[in-house]
Amino acid sequence: MTQGTTGPDFVRHRSVPPAAAPAVELIDITKTFPGVVANDHVSLAAMRGEVLCLLGENGAGKSTLMSILSGIYRPDDGRILVDGHAVTIESPRHSRDLGIGMVYQHLSLIPTLTVLENLMMGANPGLTLNGDQARRRFGELAASLGVSVDPEVRASSLSLAQQQQVEIIKALWKGSRVLILDEPTSMLTPQGIAELQAVLRGLKRSGLAIIFITHKLHEATAVGDRVVILKQGRVAGRLDPADLVGLSHADLQQRIVMMMFGDTTAAGADIAELRDVAGSRAASRPRTSEPLLELAGVSADGGRGERGIEDVSLDVRGGEIFGVAGVDGSGQRTLAEVIAGQRQHSGGTIRLAGRPIDGLSISARQRLGLRYVTDDRLGEGVVSSYPLSMNLVLKRIGQPPFWRRGRVNRAAIQRNAVEAVGAYDIRTPSVDTRIGKLSGGNIQKALLARELYLSPRVVVFNKPTHGLDVKTIAAIRERIRGLASDGVAIVVISNDLDELLDLSDRVAVLDAGRIAGVVPTGQGAEARIGELIVGVTTRQAVE
Amino acid sequence: MTAPLGSPETVLDVAPVQWRGAAVVDALVRSLGPIVLALLTCGLILAIVGRDPVSFYADILQAGVLRPSGLQDSITRMAPILLVAGGMIVAFRAGMWNLGSDGQYLLAAAFVAGTAPSLLAAVSAPLGWLMLGLLGMAVGAAWTIIPAWLRARYGLNEIVTTLMMSFVGSGLANLLVKGPFDGPSTVPQTAVVDVSLRLATLPGTRIHIGVIVALVAVAVVYLIFSRTSFGMRVDVLGANARAAEHVGIGVPRLIIVTFLASGALMGLAAAVDMLGIFGYMRADWNPAYGLKVVPLVFLARLNALAVIPFAAFFSVLSIGGEYAARRAQLPSDFLLLAIGLVLTFMVITQYLTDKRERGEQILPRRRAAAARA
Repeated sequence: MTQGTTGPDFVRHRSVPPAAAPAVELIDITKTFPGVVANDHVSLAAMRGEVLCLLGENGAGKSTLMSILSGIYRPDDGRILVDGHAVTIESPRHSRDLGIGMVYQHLSLIPTLTVLENLMMGANPGLTLNGDQARRRFGELAASLGVSVDPEVRASSLSLAQQQQVEIIKALWKGSRVLILDEPTSMLTPQGIAELQAVLRGLKRSGLAIIFITHKLHEATAVGDRVVILKQGRVAGRLDPADLVGLSHADLQQRIVMMMFGDTTAAGADIAELRDVAGSRAASRPRTSEPLLELAGVSADGGRGERGIEDVSLDVRGGEIFGVAGVDGSGQRTLAEVIAGQRQHSGGTIRLAGRPIDGLSISARQRLGLRYVTDDRLGEGVVSSYPLSMNLVLKRIGQPPFWRRGRVNRAAIQRNAVEAVGAYDIRTPSVDTRIGKLSGGNIQKALLARELYLSPRVVVFNKPTHGLDVKTIAAIRERIRGLASDGVAIVVISNDLDELLDLSDRVAVLDAGRIAGVVPTGQGAEARIGELIVGVTTRQAVE
Repeated sequence: MTAPLGSPETVLDVAPVQWRGAAVVDALVRSLGPIVLALLTCGLILAIVGRDPVSFYADILQAGVLRPSGLQDSITRMAPILLVAGGMIVAFRAGMWNLGSDGQYLLAAAFVAGTAPSLLAAVSAPLGWLMLGLLGMAVGAAWTIIPAWLRARYGLNEIVTTLMMSFVGSGLANLLVKGPFDGPSTVPQTAVVDVSLRLATLPGTRIHIGVIVALVAVAVVYLIFSRTSFGMRVDVLGANARAAEHVGIGVPRLIIVTFLASGALMGLAAAVDMLGIFGYMRADWNPAYGLKVVPLVFLARLNALAVIPFAAFFSVLSIGGEYAARRAQLPSDFLLLAIGLVLTFMVITQYLTDKRERGEQILPRRRAAAARA
């Protein structure tokens, strides 16, 4: 195993590629929406055999740019060249015909169909399905990418990394010049990321131009042959192959931070990926002597295809941050929901400050100071068609001061929202804006504002920074540390090992619904946790 | 929590309609635009079949609004439509597609019509009306219990179960009318409630107090959804059922409560019709309000007050239209055609104005580009 200090990051190794020709060029692209300039004279070129990284915070204009390339939007101004010829991309179909393949962040395979059926669905020209031909094509592509997926199995049985590989094959099915990957690592485990990196190498060898969209700085510097940094719709900076090979990792990061935020001091120190602060954080916090949250032998079934948990015991003191690591789908969500009261447990006991809370409802637990920040922000966290102000009180429907004797008090709801917007730095046109229109980072801040009202005692965070930009990530981690300093007991569930190492005092590894081990963070913790995640110790024990 | 609530939350957007400034203009375009378009199309069809569209419309207006008795009939017709609409709004806003209103209505109608003659003979009329109103509500509500429970407990799709229960309910209503509730008449129908014992009318009119009941009912539904925590919970359930679970709303209980309330309003509609207008129920009779009211409540965006003008328009068209069709020697089917056209154009207009609200081009892309050039 190459587990160790690299963690879930990309491994950086490359040389300067040979002089390349642009497969696609965007020249002076401008696109405005009512009130927003999403792209402001953006120019960039994707070269054959190279990875072009498009780096920027949420709302920097990355997605708009790619929607233009994939034919969803038309630019207001500017030109697009494909293989040197000016084109007007009429529609998504036209974009595909031009050889532009797109793999979206959220995978779109139909789970009940086999891999091959999924592939044939979009691509089969006639009425009848030609399985043999499709199988041959799949074989070719899989071999060239080094992918080993059985084309006859149902898409639902594939891991997320494999599903993504199939999506890449789908994008290449008709022969592409350019492949666009939108935040391709956001759903993947460390192993999945390593596989993706191998696939990218294969794609580069075959002469494809790749556009890799990300908001993670280390990914951009690790996989990109060129990096274009977008900020508020404009190109804020570019790094060429010479820069990427010539500069050290730290220098690169500093340059990019400079381009993204305009200064290296304030924002740079906050950058979540700079781990220097990790050593100093925990020691200074006071702890309560008794645990605030205790789980003793808790078992529960998962629902909706989630894995359940079995015989989970843990305790978290006030002032402590308890991390939960593990491969996605190891029972993390069930654990969080059982603590929050959203799911009944079949065995064991949960105590809050020594008091059993097994039979209590979600809202009773909330009133006792137990809070849960869900990872599924849009799915269950908010009602996206509702205004921000309403979403901020969703967990307190019927409670004063927002409702008195069942009657709504809109002024109180409004006041609460204005306060939350200030206190949590939620960027929104107004408190009446539908929350679904806000960026992921601002939705997450709204959820924090909703969960952390009054005096929380125990807070469970499920993937608190998942899919957010670096600035918001830094702000959220700072808030979590702040809560711990105030004596709150905190559980952070995450698939980002760096985050857990950075934040937690101890990290438990969840493996197939059971706790495989608990590791205090510090020297050598990363390797130890990595071993537990991939199951080395369990296997050794069995042998 | 067991119900895997794959609710149709994205089908519609129940954000409260705000009646301010530009929104008023918008509402006018939305409501008048489609009517004008439908009248034009209908006029064209009338002209093709050799009738005079102008006199046809004049007849509708005459018989549905201008003539005092017609106006009163139109207003009276609104009562059951408003109540059924209210019942649908309660369920639909919870994301519960109670499409079994016809069965709930007919069964309640059979019970009310079957027991009314003897009950009204025994107690004073106002008390009798109250008891029969409650009976209708109880029967309508009871007929939703099975779909509600199946949905709340097992997550069974309520569209299927309410529709199926509707068939069973209307069949059962017929059995009751032909069996235990069969009256003295030779045709299978219940005994007739004496005209003197029917719902009181507003002084000097034929408008019965059921209309007032219906208006109060939709106003209450409106207030519940705009002001109360209960309404908010129902709305959250309808907008995002998973969020409702997440924020700690007791989802199964709420599903059952909204279903019961919905069925009760359907049953009340039946009681009002039986006691206010018909006075008896004939076997195989079915006004089938359900299919007609569904589009109305959607056009009103599930807003209980906004449904009132739609119900009024619908009533005028059906009362005046009957007369106009007779005069033009057209089958009454023609009326359904006219109503259908209006509703279709309303839906199209709403789609286009929604699209504009979202800042999109109303015209398809290619044509929009050409128009700019």
